[in-house]
Amino acid sequence: MSAPTLPDLAGHFGRYGGRFVPEALIKALDELDAAYRSAKQDPEFQAQFQDLLLNYAGVPSLLYRATRLSEALGAEILLKREDLNHTGAHKVRNVLGQALLAKRMGKPRVIAETGAGQHGVASATAAALLDLECVVYMGETDTQRQALNVARMRMLGATVVPVTNGSRTLKDALNEALRDWVSTVETTHYLLGTAAGPHPFPELVRDFVGGIGVEARAQCLEQLGRLPDAVAACVGGGSNAIGIFHAFVPDEGVRLYGFEAGGDGVETGRHAASITGGSVGVLHGNRTYLLQDDDGQTIESHSISAGLDYPGVGPEHAWLHDTGRAVYEPVTDAEAMAAFQLLCRTEGIIPAIESSHALAGAAKIAPRLREELGRTPTIVINLSGRGDKDVHTAGAYFGILDQVETVVPGENT
Amino acid sequence: MTTLPRTGRPLLAPYITGGIRPDWTEYLHEYVRNGADAIEIGLPFSDPILDGPTIQEASDTALRRGVTVRSILDEVAAIDAGVPLIAMTYYNLVHRDAAAFCRDLAAAGIHGLIVPDLPVDESAPLAAAAASAEVDLTLLVAPTTPAARLAEIAAASRGFVYAVSTMGTTGSSFAASGGRLATEVRELTALPVLLAFGIATHADAVTAARSADGVVIGAALMRRILDGCSPAELGAVLAGFRKALDEDGSDCVP
Repeated sequence: MSAPTLPDLAGHFGRYGGRFVPEALIKALDELDAAYRSAKQDPEFQAQFQDLLLNYAGVPSLLYRATRLSEALGAEILLKREDLNHTGAHKVRNVLGQALLAKRMGKPRVIAETGAGQHGVASATAAALLDLECVVYMGETDTQRQALNVARMRMLGATVVPVTNGSRTLKDALNEALRDWVSTVETTHYLLGTAAGPHPFPELVRDFVGGIGVEARAQCLEQLGRLPDAVAACVGGGSNAIGIFHAFVPDEGVRLYGFEAGGDGVETGRHAASITGGSVGVLHGNRTYLLQDDDGQTIESHSISAGLDYPGVGPEHAWLHDTGRAVYEPVTDAEAMAAFQLLCRTEGIIPAIESSHALAGAAKIAPRLREELGRTPTIVINLSGRGDKDVHTAGAYFGILDQVETVVPGENT
Repeated sequence: MTTLPRTGRPLLAPYITGGIRPDWTEYLHEYVRNGADAIEIGLPFSDPILDGPTIQEASDTALRRGVTVRSILDEVAAIDAGVPLIAMTYYNLVHRDAAAFCRDLAAAGIHGLIVPDLPVDESAPLAAAAASAEVDLTLLVAPTTPAARLAEIAAASRGFVYAVSTMGTTGSSFAASGGRLATEVRELTALPVLLAFGIATHADAVTAARSADGVVIGAALMRRILDGCSPAELGAVLAGFRKALDEDGSDCVP
């Protein structure tokens, strides 16, 4: 397999990736690339990073054998518990790595984009820990939908800037962060939230979150004495998926499945499935699969999961799709929410709606794998985040928010 | 090819977002009548990362009107501007069939192309497609571009070199650093060097033209269109820039 050596020096994964940004950012990206290469080779930097992961973020995360869920799905299910990390998702790995890199480059300010607010909260967390100024761009629509996360970021000392142009969601927050960066690049590091964007971000983010797969692979060998039959993850921008996939790419017997947000169904046009429902384009600094019209204008994405609600996907996923090494399929809102409920009821774990797409996908592939293998398949699912942030959305979806009865003093006793 | 005129006076290249209003080509005619040496036509994109609030609003306005690359080019094909026309757009509107895109530009009478999110490193496929359609692919330089890279860009650019005056988006404040950049690039190439971004006042234009071959004026004009300025009124604004440049430029070093 040649895939693990990608990208090339210019950031290409086959025809994907690269660097499609204004000339003003090239020097900063070159500097970032050089700083990252030197940090990667520097034992002191790596030791600092590992120390923060271990003693601050709670990593390595558990690989948990989900017995009741396994019974329900007819497969041996192992959950990679990234939901137990500090800040509640895999994203803490990326922000700690990048914030350390910002320190190393002597940049006192970081900016970030956020959709649901998870990356924003994680960035604000790392910035507080490492004493960096932090500005988070967030679509105005999202600041209203995710008011609690806005409050969290502010508590952590970050400035949250509501973005009022375009569709006022994640892609517009990303546009605005890039515009900020063009003006402030000498003092600012752009703490990009997913394994996408211009080179070297897709590679750098992949490497910072790549511990997920390295740990899961070692935990499988330790707990099972063998590798799993399949690894499943949800894919929006795709950082949690590439984080768990990457270590398994050379293991040809391990099937890799990425589950995209199918929204109301890919056939309805209301979805966020860039690979299964999009086409090749160039957006936010890289060539990849996009949701776009015939002219090349970006189409607004739709998903019940704010974290997957993005019209693009990281370039390495585009490459893994084209080469057939990973398989990408859509999961609808309804399928994801059914899986959300199933995990709550079988394992006592409230997952993020993002991660519920991976659970739903695993439920779909389990019978196929059982038939193909002629035995019970073993599937590792990346439980990339916890569902606390989604309680309101899920409560409304299941119609359980309005079941709280008004208690009139004296009448119900 | 976009051969910019060698008039001996500073070049003036105003910008307009294609399709911003139903009568947008009237502005184009007014530009020509009031001293434009070339005109930049923006093909609006949904995610214009190098544009500030004004041109974002202009792009959104045009897209909400339902304009497409095709509809804009059809309108341009129907007019005879009499000055070089240059398209400016983002790479996602170009890359899928770059050869066809460039042929369509040429067929509409547009012989220049600027793609601000396409750095020189990724530009070879489009440069080839543009060359075979006789369209000049003009590249951009920025204040942070290192010297060796400036030479590479100047050598690969066609028509002219587009020098971004400031570290910022369109409509940012004009920065004196742009003058140094233009001076440096002019030593590297025989092509004209136009300074752009943030040129909002006569004083900005005059300052910029002292170190460059000319200026691009975008957001300052688009703000006025968005605020309801008529074609004739905008023509008068452009004439003011022309006059300021010509009066100052009479003693400028060629």
